[in-house]
Amino acid sequence: MATLSVCQPQLGGFSFENCKRNAVLEAEVTKLGCNIPAARKTGTTICGVVFKDGLVLGADTRATEGMIVADKNCSKIHYISPNIYCCGAGTAADTEMTTQIISSNLELHSLSTSRLPRVATANRMLKQMLFRYQGHIGAALVLGGVDCNGPHLYSIYPHGSTDKLPYVTMGSGSLAAMAVFEDRYKQDMEEEDAKRLVRDAIAAGIFNDLGSGSNIDLCVITKGRVDYLRPHDMVNKKGVRCVYELEALPHQ
Amino acid sequence: MAKTKELSNDTTIIAIEFDGGVVLGSDSRVSAGETVVNRVMNKLSLLHDKIYCALSGSAADAQTIAEMVNYQLDVHSIEVGEDPQVRSAASLVKNISYKYKEELSAHLIVAGWDKRGGGQVSVRDLNGLLSRQPFAVGGSGSAYVYGFVDAEYRKAMSKEDCQQFVVNTLSLAMSRDGSSGGVAYLVTIDEKGAEEKCILGNELPTFYDQ
Repeated sequence: MATLSVCQPQLGGFSFENCKRNAVLEAEVTKLGCNIPAARKTGTTICGVVFKDGLVLGADTRATEGMIVADKNCSKIHYISPNIYCCGAGTAADTEMTTQIISSNLELHSLSTSRLPRVATANRMLKQMLFRYQGHIGAALVLGGVDCNGPHLYSIYPHGSTDKLPYVTMGSGSLAAMAVFEDRYKQDMEEEDAKRLVRDAIAAGIFNDLGSGSNIDLCVITKGRVDYLRPHDMVNKKGVRCVYELEALPHQ
Repeated sequence: MAKTKELSNDTTIIAIEFDGGVVLGSDSRVSAGETVVNRVMNKLSLLHDKIYCALSGSAADAQTIAEMVNYQLDVHSIEVGEDPQVRSAASLVKNISYKYKEELSAHLIVAGWDKRGGGQVSVRDLNGLLSRQPFAVGGSGSAYVYGFVDAEYRKAMSKEDCQQFVVNTLSLAMSRDGSSGGVAYLVTIDEKGAEEKCILGNELPTFYDQ
């Protein structure tokens, strides 16, 4: 292969080196009556939408450990290259490390080709790595960027399949966000409309999904400019009570 | 840690040979459990200019096989100096699927046109036998249309009849199979090249529907 990759030697399949050790440790810990630390997941709402001159990525900021909120303001929009960013849902460590590895490899690739990296390249690298691990890396990603061929948006699933679409949502709040998109998405939107649409989609996920919450982060990518808006909107301020008045149902 | 839910292309795919080429058709639904994650996925993947394959089964496995064979066919066609044959493409798909039979759960139908054999459809059976057939259906929706296809297929159909036949079959399968739906994608491959077409849900033919 022409690409240089430093972070990972190409070995066949999943490395099971530490599984025996982990099993022994787990047995010891259970004997003492404690639990092994659970993986921190980002029950999440992430989404992206392509508009006229670029694209908007959005994410909530809650990270959960089981039923407890572990981080009220975690950053789910990761840097891949100056023109490409990636939102991550699933296991927090997996999304963090996967995006860092591919960001590193993409920088080397960009240096060896003397060109700004393309979104399709990042997509290929991510899907080939995730497929190699057969879904055991729990990273569901929304990858977006603007390159010489225009704005591109991909959704990448943990098993290694990808979809290239004009609007995508991922995470536990994806259904709520997709409902907003399916209702209000139009081709060739203006930047402000696109930002409002993504903000509303993430808000739908935050309010209707237990695994999503806190603030809304946005990342607007256009040719030559990236606006990383963190936070863009704080919909759950501490100490502010939201009172909803439910309409009384008519008596039968 | 539990593995995440796999995406599947439980689907309807079909490929038919006519005099001078082939027509491939597919639905567009990708599901993860009960959720539809992509309602406009084009499951007809390009392997070479005049050779396409239809994907079904696990989305990740099918996409990966198609991309690997695309790469291998590009290298092979440069080595031989001309367009690859459909049987070469089918063999490459078969090599990967057979070697990793236990690990992969994808089923691809390969179809295309080459100057030596004309239009050809190649399909693998459950155990891995590669065979050339005049038509092939696959995916979860195929079970509902075997009768229709067996009864209505005629040899030496014209290109337009073939396209209509494929559209009718897809429409019937999509209305009966929960895992198939969305829009219908068609690819017609002949000597001149490949022509892609998309038929939206409301333009599909309707049959008896109470």
